[in-house]
Amino acid sequence: MTVNGLAVPGPARREEPNEPVLEVRGLCVDYGLGRDAVRAVNDADLVLRRGEVLGIAGESGSGKSTLAYALTRLLRAPGVITGGDVLFHSRGADGQTTTVDLLAADVHQLRQYRWSEIAVVFQSAMHALNPVARVEDQLTDVLRVHRPEMSREERRARAVEMLRMVGINADRLRSYPHELSGGMRQRVMIAMALILQPQIVIMDEPTTALDVVTQREILEELMTLRDRLGFAVIFITHDLSLLIELADSIAIMYAGRIVERAKASELFHAPRHPYSLGLLSSFPSLHGERVRMEGIPGSPPSLAAMPAGCTFHPRCPYVMDLCRTEEPPLARPLSEGGGRVTACWLQDGRHDPPEPLARAVPLVSSVADADDLSRSTS
Amino acid sequence: MTGTTEPTEPTEPTGAAGDPGDTELSQPARSAGSVGPAELSADAEPSDVVHGPRRPGVPALEARGLVKHFPIHSGIGRTLLVHAVENISIALPAGTVTAVVGESGSGKSTLARLLTGLIKPTAGEVLLDGVPVGTGAKARRKYTSSVHLVLQDPFSSLNSVHTVRYHLERPLKLHSKLGRAERAQRMRELLERVSLTPAENYLDKYPHELSGGQRQRVAIARGLAVEPRVLLADEPVSMLDVSIRLGVLNLLDDLRSGENLATMYVTHDIASARYLADCIVVMYAGQVVESGPATQITDSPTHPYTQLLLSAAPDPARAETPVLGGRGAPPSLINPPPGCRFHPRCPFAMRVCATTTPAPRPVGEDHVSACWLHASGLTEDQREPLVATAEAVPVPVSAAAAGDLPDDGSQA
Repeated sequence: MTVNGLAVPGPARREEPNEPVLEVRGLCVDYGLGRDAVRAVNDADLVLRRGEVLGIAGESGSGKSTLAYALTRLLRAPGVITGGDVLFHSRGADGQTTTVDLLAADVHQLRQYRWSEIAVVFQSAMHALNPVARVEDQLTDVLRVHRPEMSREERRARAVEMLRMVGINADRLRSYPHELSGGMRQRVMIAMALILQPQIVIMDEPTTALDVVTQREILEELMTLRDRLGFAVIFITHDLSLLIELADSIAIMYAGRIVERAKASELFHAPRHPYSLGLLSSFPSLHGERVRMEGIPGSPPSLAAMPAGCTFHPRCPYVMDLCRTEEPPLARPLSEGGGRVTACWLQDGRHDPPEPLARAVPLVSSVADADDLSRSTS
Repeated sequence: MTGTTEPTEPTEPTGAAGDPGDTELSQPARSAGSVGPAELSADAEPSDVVHGPRRPGVPALEARGLVKHFPIHSGIGRTLLVHAVENISIALPAGTVTAVVGESGSGKSTLARLLTGLIKPTAGEVLLDGVPVGTGAKARRKYTSSVHLVLQDPFSSLNSVHTVRYHLERPLKLHSKLGRAERAQRMRELLERVSLTPAENYLDKYPHELSGGQRQRVAIARGLAVEPRVLLADEPVSMLDVSIRLGVLNLLDDLRSGENLATMYVTHDIASARYLADCIVVMYAGQVVESGPATQITDSPTHPYTQLLLSAAPDPARAETPVLGGRGAPPSLINPPPGCRFHPRCPFAMRVCATTTPAPRPVGEDHVSACWLHASGLTEDQREPLVATAEAVPVPVSAAAAGDLPDDGSQA
């Protein structure tokens, strides 16, 4: 079923338990080969469900962008994928789901899935857009390659429609990127990513360089489009406070590892990993009493000289002897159910986690519902 | 910096004052703290409201009626003006932090640069300890040792071919008469003051060997080398990782109380401004729209633009998705809208807003807001809502470009 040339997902998308569209299992990425290799992503597990926004947060150098590029096979040398599976459950036009292992796919298969099923919005729109090509050419080039059956007029009409969808007037088609403001460039990037109706959009810090008002406008548009077109989003950013408002679930990365994965509201109200707690308390609040915050002491480790045991232990305020020698597994905290996992020895059931890491998850049903409602109407 | 290189600036174009469509500048803008235009309504305060924290005594640094217009030569003899900063008076008392908040292109960095003396104001004057700053080489040298700028990007503000020792020693050599041993002692103290200890580990490092937070600390230490009284920090943490930002903000906080520094903290992040500052000054399109005590600004904003900024800021504690009051982008500063410069985006715009610039009015203790909504004695006709213009906001393409003009303003 199409309206204006856009596939409309079934109305029941929100009710049915969303099936996974992308599964990452044990993904490892190295930079360099042999003895010089450093591990940038270590044993990453992720599940992206249809129509969901999955946030990946972490500091620079934590491997979040490397992870995203690895799972689209866009990683350039010296990056090497050394292990793991990336399963893409593609839903065809007939509703049939086929599963592809993206890491095993050959060039032709990749070409078939990239952009048309998995699109990427890069961080710097100024660098990602071609400075000497008009917006129209950049939008229609994609169609010319992936939709060879379309005529010139159809391509143009589609480009106009995409621009209108992201809130840009059609007369901007003749513009060059330098004639657009930063926010408009980023909107063009989003329009380009969505033009082939992908099932997954990976966004790498899409709004970091923008002003807060523009950022909010673009994210609102993105969420409206998500509700309308039903694509899933992997949203990579260092701004955890933004992610909590935006994402359904969040993975926190530190030094190449996923250290905690949880629903956004659970993570905000009841973090289980000291690093998540530290990140959360690094953002000054807009309300309440002004208190001095300490953030996280120290700085992230170099990938070439990773500390033994838990990689966070030199900065962790709750460090124990065990943390210095043994690496904690990414496991479900013993005391709770749900889909959340964390890699911290404090949560293995044999230790008493300190109060900030043992907060009860508030009765989220009401909060989550309210969140969902507000998101879908935003 | 040999002290004699003054930024060369073309003489102020005399035709500038007659720029059409700008009520506020149509007077000879030489007198400091110039009074607002006559067509302001009767209850308007004089427009030379001084923003910044209120403290008894003479502020360490004060600017009166600062105006900066950057000329653009279009090539066919016509000179356009970018109205980057309009009639801003700000006081920075010792031992306080004043945050200047606004979107890119709001003129906040231009204001910081005007205060450093790196660019010359079109009109207005800067007073250090209540004394106007002279223009001679000697006066400038004295000024540069009292007022220091910390730049946004510690990756480019430190010279990558020199060690930390070089960066710290140079201002000491230029501005003090200390001997070699005293300089070494002083450098160690400086690094300890910015929590880079033990200092010996850092003195012979090159910038690339330091992390972003450490580099910014070195940049701040270099700023402190000349024992300044005023620190102008232009987005000092926006390039740093989140976990390191608080460390630098806390350092600025310690310097406020420990060194009695007057600090101006320029940022686009209103939450960090609330965290650090005593007073927040909100700028929009070259003008101050609201200023007051930090928590008061964020807890009960009175200007629609401040409200817009706050609703757009990420806030995980928020229960529902915020509704943005005022979409679109800041206006072109070459031809700014008449009246209140926010009126094309403002959801509460009235007829008067499109014609007359609102003067800052007190709305609380030390809290001023330049908005007609807080004016009394407007006629019914003036209060007529401007719905039509609020709907169709043209997004000026040149807005981004106009805001990022070269800060030195030189065309030679």
